[in-house]
Amino acid sequence: MADIGIGIRVNGRLRRGNVEPRLTLVDFLRERCQLTGTHVGCEHGVCGACTVLLEYPDDADESEPGLPGGEAVRSCLVFAVQADGGEVTTIEGIGAGASSTGVRELSAVQAAFREHHALQCGFCTPGFVISVTAFLREHPDPTDGQIRDALSGNLCRCTGYQGILAAVRAAADGISTAAQETKHTQEPR
Amino acid sequence: MKPAPFEYHAPASAKEAVELLAELGDGAKLIAGGQSLVPLLALRLAAFEHLIDLRKVSSLRGMEDRAGAGAARAVWVGAGTTEAAIGRSRLVAARVPLLARATPLIGHFQIRNRGTIGGSLAHADAAAEYPAVALALDAVIETLSPRGQRAIPAGEFFTGIWSTALEPDELLTGVAFQVPGGPAGFAVEEFARRPGDFAVAGAAVAIELDADPDGGAGGPDAQVSRCAIGLFGLGTTPLRASAAEALAAGRAAGDLSTDAFGREIGQAAMADLDSVPSDRHGPAAYRKRVGAAMVTAAWRRAINEAVGQVVRYGHGETFGEEAARG
Repeated sequence: MADIGIGIRVNGRLRRGNVEPRLTLVDFLRERCQLTGTHVGCEHGVCGACTVLLEYPDDADESEPGLPGGEAVRSCLVFAVQADGGEVTTIEGIGAGASSTGVRELSAVQAAFREHHALQCGFCTPGFVISVTAFLREHPDPTDGQIRDALSGNLCRCTGYQGILAAVRAAADGISTAAQETKHTQEPR
Repeated sequence: MKPAPFEYHAPASAKEAVELLAELGDGAKLIAGGQSLVPLLALRLAAFEHLIDLRKVSSLRGMEDRAGAGAARAVWVGAGTTEAAIGRSRLVAARVPLLARATPLIGHFQIRNRGTIGGSLAHADAAAEYPAVALALDAVIETLSPRGQRAIPAGEFFTGIWSTALEPDELLTGVAFQVPGGPAGFAVEEFARRPGDFAVAGAAVAIELDADPDGGAGGPDAQVSRCAIGLFGLGTTPLRASAAEALAAGRAAGDLSTDAFGREIGQAAMADLDSVPSDRHGPAAYRKRVGAAMVTAAWRRAINEAVGQVVRYGHGETFGEEAARG
């Protein structure tokens, strides 16, 4: 089966490769890009450990733009060839003030996870952080019920769910407070 | 990398996709969002020589408010429209509320970001939400093959376990949903062991009342002009509970909004079922108890909405074309 040449912008950097069509996006990220922060758990879409943000900026003109910054998807259920021309954000690209080699500052979601002990072994954490980041972009002021629903697609087998819920609540409150403050400072006096 | 090897094709148009399907024959499979197909490939429950990806076929995406004959309206949803886009659509929420209400029950939001309505219907899982919604709304499924276009009523579409009326070289292009003109109510209920799981059993109910089509609530005296109950998780295909529907047809809505009638129709919907699955999630008898409860709950919500409804789904603001990324 013929390999296919693809180009995917990962965390802002174009990554090219010749890949077998059956290579999943998560394997492309881990093995070809050496970005091993995205974890591969069940490999059939159940556990959520491999969640990344994916968008197709070239398609945006003709269609609803989706959500800025991409949508959370299971990278084990996307073949790398299907992400050709797309932009992917992994856990390595989620922090603030980034360079491709240097250490980034934690994002608000990452900082809240650290603060609220929302990880134990950490295997599921990258998937949770990506899912929560996408969720809070669309729902900046969620109810606790919405948070629980949004977390239902990621599994944590240490059962650290209470800490994770607390972290998402805190991150949401911090984000909506920051938005309020920005709004107030922008209001004419 | 777990799936068996395959060749990958990404045609740019529906016509090209259909030609490829015809040319490549049995070894070819269409892939839309891949949220059901890729797990099957990863577990090697299925293997294909060729995958034909529909992601570049933009004509399959979007939603459109269509005028029909007279005052009738319909909403067209492109087969490649994602469940997430349907869930965000103001058009769908306003005109096809049953579709909108079923959407959050599908998988998780990460799955809905990729999964498509066409993929769900063509995959035809008997426990999935959209096939039962299509049945309950008498949706029309539009297709394209080398022989041209075809419109298949949902009632003739689901033919067996994971099988449909689609020919091997036929592409599902879109779904048309009729919008009720008069007072109407819609509800979907399901029970699943965990959020995002396929339902143990579920029901989608659509009720239309025969009343002054220009406004006002349906009221308890209005008669049921159409009612439909779509069942999922309760057979080898999604099903209509026809005998239960017949109990309500033509009767005054007020008689049908009692708790007693809700229980009666729930029981009646289970009476004729003969292929209820038994598996680790529950034996057939348990699924029927759950199914009856889901029908009862959905019926009550739908009839109460129809009786008390002031807003009409077929009236109000008009929507143009809502494009959506697939």
